Amino acid sequence: MSEPAISVEGLAKRYKIGLAARTDRSFREALTDWVSAPWRRFRALSEPASAEETFWALKDVGFQVAPGEVVGIIGRNGAGKSTLLKILSQITLPTEGRAVIRGRVGSLLEVGTGFHPDLSGRENIYLNGALLGMTRAEITRQFDAIVAFSGIEGFLDTPVKRYSSGMRVRLGFAVAAHLEPEILIVDEVLAVGDAEFQKKCLGKMDGVAKSGRTVLFVSHNMAAVESLCTRGVLLEHGRVVYDGPSGEAVGRYLRSMESAVTSDLATRADRQGDGACRIVDLWLEDDDGRRVGSVGPLEPFSIVLQYECDRHVELRRHLDLSVTVNDPYAGQWYHLDLQTAGGMIKGLGRTGRVACRIDSGVALRPGRYWLNTFVRIDHALADWVINAAPLMIHEADVLGMGRLPVAGRLCAVYRWCAVEPSMQLDATGAYSPSGVKA
Amino acid sequence: MSDRADSNGVEPASAAGIRFTDMSTVDTTHVAAIDPAAVGPAARKADVRVIAPRRGALGVDPGELWRYRELLYFLVWRDLKSRYKQTVLGAGWAIIRPVMSMVVFSAVFGGLAKMPSDGVPYPIFVYAGLLPWTLFSGAVSLAGVSLITQRGLLTKVYFPRVYIPASCIGVVLVDFLLGAGVYAAIMLYYGHLPGASLMLAPLLLAVLLLLAMGMGLLLAAVTVTYRDFQSIIPFMMQTWMYLSPVVYPTALVPERFRWLLLLNPMTGVIGAFRSCLLNHPIDWAALGVASCGSVVIFGLGLVYFSRAERRFADIA
Repeated sequence: MSEPAISVEGLAKRYKIGLAARTDRSFREALTDWVSAPWRRFRALSEPASAEETFWALKDVGFQVAPGEVVGIIGRNGAGKSTLLKILSQITLPTEGRAVIRGRVGSLLEVGTGFHPDLSGRENIYLNGALLGMTRAEITRQFDAIVAFSGIEGFLDTPVKRYSSGMRVRLGFAVAAHLEPEILIVDEVLAVGDAEFQKKCLGKMDGVAKSGRTVLFVSHNMAAVESLCTRGVLLEHGRVVYDGPSGEAVGRYLRSMESAVTSDLATRADRQGDGACRIVDLWLEDDDGRRVGSVGPLEPFSIVLQYECDRHVELRRHLDLSVTVNDPYAGQWYHLDLQTAGGMIKGLGRTGRVACRIDSGVALRPGRYWLNTFVRIDHALADWVINAAPLMIHEADVLGMGRLPVAGRLCAVYRWCAVEPSMQLDATGAYSPSGVKA
Repeated sequence: MSDRADSNGVEPASAAGIRFTDMSTVDTTHVAAIDPAAVGPAARKADVRVIAPRRGALGVDPGELWRYRELLYFLVWRDLKSRYKQTVLGAGWAIIRPVMSMVVFSAVFGGLAKMPSDGVPYPIFVYAGLLPWTLFSGAVSLAGVSLITQRGLLTKVYFPRVYIPASCIGVVLVDFLLGAGVYAAIMLYYGHLPGASLMLAPLLLAVLLLLAMGMGLLLAAVTVTYRDFQSIIPFMMQTWMYLSPVVYPTALVPERFRWLLLLNPMTGVIGAFRSCLLNHPIDWAALGVASCGSVVIFGLGLVYFSRAERRFADIA
């Protein structure tokens, strides 16, 4: 093999973190604080941060990627995946170490970067393509293919602001998919769009990988990582903890996830958001209000969230709460969000509990699933925890027949009956010809 | 990752609902064939990037600016296209605005205050000053906040950052050319035609653009860290206008204070612009000082911008 396409040595990135807000104790202190605040803020913005104000998003990261290799970067939220991609995409500089990249890089950290809402789809294809590093001639040559891939033929001259979010994503991915770089760097962009389009995107990625290009791919979708990537790099707290076959990397990631869950949700650091409101505990309750460790398929239960906010969340603010049920392979099974369910919770106190009762139960087959929690206040992400807690579904005799389901991913309540006249077992246990019984 | 969360309250990222077994059926027909020439060893050798902490003073790479030249074009094109979308008068605004300013200033300063105007009708006097001033203040105001208004680009895609403030100047330049056309019409109306000194205009424009670019780069880089400048810039430009001979002639300032006026490079530029348009003798000394000042400010702006550039994505 020739020289590596990507070679990373001792890469580290230090970020400055904001210090905790000061709490005022008296009017006099509040006043002096207010007067001295500009000076304090000026120093905070100007001076290099001291050691306790910084954290290392990446530390001593090293690996090499050969041309044509497809490598998945996996790890929990806050493990440094996005920072790594940003450094390799030259968006931000490393604090230490170096990376050498041989070949034309196309990086896709966001779908539809730089779309201008007032411009038409046609105009935005050119703009977005140019931002991603394509020349005008390349865009013109690929234009028809981009339009065909995105499936927005009828709306080419409509301003993008009138597009649905799905259309915008499709257009954005279509442009990026035709970038034809030698090295493709992709952040979790497949997580958007409808299932059919996601499949198309994965297909495109698979094609890129098979055509001999080098791909670096970040995802929480373990199925995609295992099937697309030959190799996986597992990051934890900014360090590479495993680098090897993708199957093994995924296995280690899943195990590390379980060990994270044993730690207290309140102290978990692998979360994102400004922390205005945090989910500090989460458990399952049955209909009698008892905490339970697992539930049966199609059995009603409640997911109770204990939260802590840094101030009251008033009625007039827009609150988004959601819990999702996932498994690392299949992705999301259920998305249980407050607004779709009518937005019945209007405000939050400083601390408290909210619950989501799942009246129908979940139709999942026995196994271990994961709950993600997501809180957003006035469209600003407050707290997002992936795999906040496991959801255990135990074996249950759903049909009450003394048998367990044999196979299939989901359960249903069902029964069989004859439609055309045929022999059906009647109540007395004797066979008799009969039609449909109600 | 919060910026990927869409407004419907849908949880971002982990939402991928692709099933493991579906991979066999995925659509691979759209995969473009790879161009062997593009991935040959020759291309690879030419395309080696080293990413490492940068400490040098100047981070602007002329080769890279050239490679991305089409992007500058697209950024200017985007702003021009989107600028007057959903307006009734469209690009007419580029003409109406300077004319309105001229009318207001002529009424207030020419009509009410009886401001002297170097022996020409006040409207053509003030417009000759407004033309370069509007270009300068428009370019600096837009460029100064450009990194903040377009921070979405800073954190998601790589390209020479200089092009963000630079593209603002391109947009204002188009307005300037339209305004210059209006000025030609006004001069025809007053029967006051420029002479051979008009040949100097492109050079003056170059000095003006250098100065505007320097200030724009400086303010853009400062504003990323200190957002206060979003509020400071409009006030600063207004004050600067009254410190420059836009609505009054330099001759109005007492002789012994005139050197103070020269500290402001816009004095020399506006004075020379006006002289060249109105066919008056040019104050070469003032223009010389202004040109040197512009080169210095441009240099300072470029150095400060490229030093600050490395932090943009982290603090924008």
